Parts: sequence; structure tokens; C-alpha cells
Amino acid sequence: MNSNSPTRRVLGPFNRVEGDLEVHVEVEQGLITKAWVNSPLFRGFEQILHGKDPLDSLVYTPRICGICSVSQSVAAAQALAEIQGLQPCSNGQIATNLILAAENLADHLTHFYLFFMPDFARETYANRDWFNKISERFKAQTGKAARQVLPARAAFLHLTGILAGKWPHSLAIQPGGTTRPIETQEKIRLATTISTFRHFLQDVVFGCELEQITALQTIDELNTWQLDHPNSDFAYFLTLAADLKLSEIGCASNSFMSYGAYNEGTQQLFKSGIWQQHYQTLNPEQIKEDISHSWLSGQSEAKHPYQGSTIPNADESSGYSWCKAPRLNQQVVEVGAIARQMVHGHKLIHELVSQSGANVQNRIIARLLEIALVVPAMENWVKKLHVKEAFCITTEMPDNAQGAGMIEAARGSLGHWVQIKNGRILNYQIIAPTTWNFSPRDGQDQPGALELALQGTYVGSDENASVIIQHIIRSFDPCMVCTVH
Amino acid sequence: MKNSFNILWLQSGGCGGCSISVLNAEQPDFYTNLHLNNINMLWHPSISEASAGEFISLLQSIEEGNIKLDALCLEGSLMRGPNGTGRFHMLGGTGRSMSEVVKSLSQIARYTIAIGSCAAFGGITMSGSNPGEACGLQYEGKYAGGLLDKNWLSPAKLPVINIAGCPTHPSWVIETIVQLAMGDLTFSGLDSYNRPRSYTDHLVHHGCPRNEYYEFKASAEQPSEQGCMMEHMGCLGTQARADCNTRLWNGEGSCLRGGYACINCTAPEFEEPGHSFTKTPKIAGIPMGLPIDMPKAWFVALASLSKAATPKRLKVNATSDHIRISPGAKNKEEDNK
Repeated sequence: MNSNSPTRRVLGPFNRVEGDLEVHVEVEQGLITKAWVNSPLFRGFEQILHGKDPLDSLVYTPRICGICSVSQSVAAAQALAEIQGLQPCSNGQIATNLILAAENLADHLTHFYLFFMPDFARETYANRDWFNKISERFKAQTGKAARQVLPARAAFLHLTGILAGKWPHSLAIQPGGTTRPIETQEKIRLATTISTFRHFLQDVVFGCELEQITALQTIDELNTWQLDHPNSDFAYFLTLAADLKLSEIGCASNSFMSYGAYNEGTQQLFKSGIWQQHYQTLNPEQIKEDISHSWLSGQSEAKHPYQGSTIPNADESSGYSWCKAPRLNQQVVEVGAIARQMVHGHKLIHELVSQSGANVQNRIIARLLEIALVVPAMENWVKKLHVKEAFCITTEMPDNAQGAGMIEAARGSLGHWVQIKNGRILNYQIIAPTTWNFSPRDGQDQPGALELALQGTYVGSDENASVIIQHIIRSFDPCMVCTVH
Repeated sequence: MKNSFNILWLQSGGCGGCSISVLNAEQPDFYTNLHLNNINMLWHPSISEASAGEFISLLQSIEEGNIKLDALCLEGSLMRGPNGTGRFHMLGGTGRSMSEVVKSLSQIARYTIAIGSCAAFGGITMSGSNPGEACGLQYEGKYAGGLLDKNWLSPAKLPVINIAGCPTHPSWVIETIVQLAMGDLTFSGLDSYNRPRSYTDHLVHHGCPRNEYYEFKASAEQPSEQGCMMEHMGCLGTQARADCNTRLWNGEGSCLRGGYACINCTAPEFEEPGHSFTKTPKIAGIPMGLPIDMPKAWFVALASLSKAATPKRLKVNATSDHIRISPGAKNKEEDNK
């Protein structure tokens, strides 16, 4: 075969992503010209929920995903709260934030140490100056970092043992708050758990106070910080990212969306909105799902989730994924930690993105930055718990109503749209973060965010999955079980 | 690793939550646990280096008998749909359905282990109309026979070992695999649903911190209240076989300690209780589904007696979100001091 003619390769299964993923790429002269992302697992949660008691969604939806379990609970509880016209009490809201933050930060840590970094310990990189150090710390299953991170992560998740019974798959998060009222002794243990985690982050991940990380506002300041703190995992990453030019791969649409994260009274810790060259408010009515390239039928045009349906059809000839293609005002947007910080307006992330876009390097920086931003917020939330006051309020469930829960999971924007009729769930539609990021093409033939991010990547003649492709895929921290649900 | 116990871990129609739960193992952590017990994880979807083609080569070596496979661990239910084709879950990059791959490997592995209730019985993925045509490895709900025949035995002559739970507890998984590696797990170590008796010889009720409320039938009526959750809130702890309240989760947790009902997630068909999960179904005011082996008449008689004898402290605290009356406070409300 002429090596210049385009060849199509099928790559999979990709591991160290949550769930199942297959990617098809067309390669011409070593460059990816087109990519097709396939989510090869369909389970059918939206059908399962049809006809159930609305409160039972709090049992079913967390089980969509073992790594975003609490996020699913929070989205479901918020949708039900809207249906019931409930505003969670203060303690319940704070406890929900703490449980959600514990999951989100644990996920960021799991992603960095177990999913993403082990690729740089591959033999492919044996000739790099940094290889020995990185291999010793991050080699899959045997690297030394995991032996520090797993105990620290597990100890941090004691927070969920105290406030949510267990993680994953808790029933503690309710429309009006949480089921576990705590006393002073638990409040002390929560505070201690969080500060123990802070010390781990300061000792191992950053090598400095978290506040030094959150105060970084410019690329120059980041570079200076790196020189001053060479022996931290964050600095190791920055070193190899510069050497491998990770800022030059994996750019998608550079349009970002966030539903806003962590309610604090009428405010949010990270605000909601969209960023397309400038900040705009988010209009949820503009969210529509398209199934033109999905193995689904029953919908001739893109529809808002309240009008949406999910009818699998494996023989749909134009389909190549079980995933739908959600679009905001017909456009592809990227979600995740980098989108949250773009929308919220973190100066360092803005400078990085205006310099090189949302790429492999900048997605990782945004995720680690977010850990440093949220831990101090958690410390504040714990102080605001009033242990003698209520954690949960309840009210009747109406027979006919609809409501939406739009929240931020670790991987980005997660929405549940719920309609109930005669006291039962009539329609339950879910759009998960990776549904946005790893969507197939839409009716206008626009590729999804990962498909865009892969286009133009140089992979050479490597018949296996080029490690570059893996960096790009994993930089999104995809969660495929959420994607199709 | 020399003479190591080789395991291969695959995921199908589930949420990945059992893997995530296993990573919560403590003292020691999961990796150290494997290492200390000479268990070699040939491949795991969340933690191994090998991806795509590298994994497909490994799979081929195992199927050709070039790499010894001691235990196949499957997490998630088998997706037989649509219409029995298995196309709801194709193993990426191979063109093979995951059901077919699992069936092939189960004939080779000395032991086949279902990690979690989905792989064991079908679990959550089988709920509702079961749109994915999901089933477990050797059960379809309560009925024996799933992907594998009900009489199927692995090359080491054991049925599929069902480490049920949603998710399963990290220690249930680790201790079962270590028992197998040591050659200590035999047929008598499994219960009637082939779950390891090391954790199903117990009830979730054992060690429940609400036991005093249970004894006096002082019941919670709303989420976050302190009382027993059996009468109104759907709690199945007196029937559920697991040691959740003596082993504990994430340090000091359990569902009941978290303030919500046990939904009996180690049991087949827990996902379809036939009523709302958090509302106890009743006949003439008496909860259906009484404690596992207690004669109904005795339960009703004892319940009415103990209800009559309930101290005010428990009656008040049961429907409060914080302890209003302390033990020994002679019914004086202490919270306003």
C-alpha cells in the first residue's frame, strides 16, 4: 500500500479511562486527518428510570458511575428539589458540597497519579532526561507515588464515611439536604481529615502551601514557582510537559461551558456560564442533543433533553457510537476543570489558554489548580456547619412536575432533566460531562471535542495506539460509563 | 513474579464502582495488598499500563495458554442485547462482544469471580425493563444460570464466586482473592448464592448503631432522624447478608451510619424491590419483610410489647435529627442547656 494514501486504524480498548472507549482514526502521512470516537457500551438507565418513584432515582442514578457517583446523586437531588420547590437547609447544602468536593478532588488525584502520568513511564520515553525519576514515581502499579497517593486518597474519603455512609453509591444526598446530621466530634474529625489531606498535597503534590499555587496569576509566575519547587509532582509534570511540548497537542474548540460549582447561599464557588472569546451567561434552553451519528432512533432533529428520548438501534447505519451529540446553541463546547476556571475567570488559566489553547498540558494544570482552590473552601465550609441545627428538610412530591439538576462533576457539566407524571418518572434525560467531550458528529457533521482534539495530531507510523493519542484522550479524564449511561 | 497468583480483571455492563471501591482499601492499600500476597494483576482496566494493541496481545497469549490465568475477575453484568447479539458491549478494538471474551476466558481461568452484584446476578443494569438484556455470570437475578450454565464449574471445580455488593467492599474482594490464592476457599465457604460466607454469615443489622431504637421499635419517619429505619424508611438490614456494620466503609461509615436505609445490595434482585426503596411496604400497618428467620407472630407480639415499653428518650430522639434527651437524663431535654 502506498504509505501516502489515508489509512484507517481502529484503536482500543483504551484503559485508564473510566469505562469503554474505541477510537477510529484516519491517518495520512503520519497525521490524523479525521477521528471517530465510539462509546461501545450501552446500558439504558434512561429507560430503567421510566415509571419509577421519583425518589428512587437517588438509588439508580449514582450507580450510573462508580467514579462520579456522588455527582449523579447531587444532580438527581437538585432536579427533585426543583420539582418539590425545596431549598436545602444550610447544613445540608454545606454537607453536600463537602461530599461532592471529596469525590471531585479524589477523582482529580486518581486521574493524575493512576490514569494519566503512568504513560510517561513507558519505555517510549526511556531516552528523556526526566525518565528515571518519572518511571520510579509513576510506573503503572509499581511506581512509588501510588503508595503515597492511595492511602492519602482513602484517608481523605473518610469524609464520605462520616457524611455519606460510604463512597461510591450513597443515599445520603437528598433534595432537602443530607441524611447524616453530625455532632461536634464528627465536625472535628472532618476538619482533621481535610487538613491531613492538605498536608499530603503540600508535601507531595505541590511542595508548598496551597495558597502559593492558587495565587499564581501569570505564566511567568508559574515558571518561577517551578524553578523554586523542582521536587514536587506538579513540577515534574511541568518539566516533562515542556520537554514533550504537551501544550501543542490536543486542542479542541476552545469554547467552554460550566454550570457553576458548589452552591454557597445564592452564590457559587465557581460561577456558571460560557466562554467563547469572552464570558457569556449560560442559557440552558440552548442545550440540545443530536442523534444523527448515534446508534439511536426516534428523533429526527436535535432536541432539548425535556423533549429527548433514548431508543437504541444497533442497526442505525449512520451511527458509530452509543453516545449522543449534545450541543450548546449548535456549537461544540468543552467541559471540565479547565472550562470551569475559564468561565470563572482564573487569571493563570486564562493566560495559558490565550497563549496555547485548551490542550493536554493546560487541562492537567487546571485540574491540579482546582485541587488547590477547593481544599481551602472545604476548610471554610466545615467551620460553617452548625451541629445542633437541621441537615435535611422534606416536603411532599407533586404528582406532575418537571425539574433540572445542573451541576459540575470532576469531569465537567452534568445535567439531569426529570419529568414526573401521576407521581412516576415519565422521562429522565441525562447529559454527562464526557457526553459533551467525547460526542460523535452532529447533524451538521461537526466533530465532537475529542474528535477535534485528535485532528491534525502527528502519530507517525506507529500501528499501535500512538502514546500521543493516549495523552490527548486521557487529558480529558473521560468517564465513558457516564457518557452513555 | 515467581509462582504468583495471576488475575485478569475485566469490566462489562456496570459502573466501575467496584474497582473504585477496591482502591479505597486501607492498611495496606490495594497495590501493597496484592504485592504482599504475591498476587499478580495481569491487567486491570483502571490501573495497568498496557492499552489497546498491547492489551489485545496479552489477551491472545492468555487464550493461547502462554500465560497462566488463575482467576478471571469480572465487574459489571453481561450485556446480551440487542436481541441476544451482545452488541450493547463490544470489547473496543477487537470486534468481539465482551460476553464472548468472558465466556472464552472462563473456560481457561482456574477460578471465575464476579466482582459486585452486577457481575454476580445482573444487578442494577437489569432493572426496569432490562433494556440491555443484562444478566450475571452464573445467575439471572435469583435464578441459577446466566452467561454460564447453572451447573458450570471452573477448571478448579468451583462455581462462579459471587462477591456481591453495590459496590462491593474492598476487603471482601481482597480477602476472597487471597483465600483462593492460599487454596483456602472451598465450596463450603460459599453460601446458597455462592457468595463468600466470610462476609455473608453476618447481617447488616449486626452492629447497627440504631439497635436500641430497633429493640423498642422507636422509628424514624423522615431522612436525617435518629430512629430505626425498618418500620417506615425501607431498611432491610435485618434481612441483608453482609457485615457492613461491623467491618465499616471509608473509615467509619455504612449505609445505616450514613442515615439511610440498607437496600440489601448483596442480594439478587435488590434492584427491583417491588416498592419504593425508601418506603417500607406494609400490610395492616405491619411491615412486610420481617427479620430473616423470625416467626411473624412472635415479631408482632414482641414489637407491640416493646413499643409499649419504649422510654421517652428513644421516642423523642427517634424522630429528632439530633439527640434531644441523653441517657440517664431522666427525660429532661438537654439540648437547650
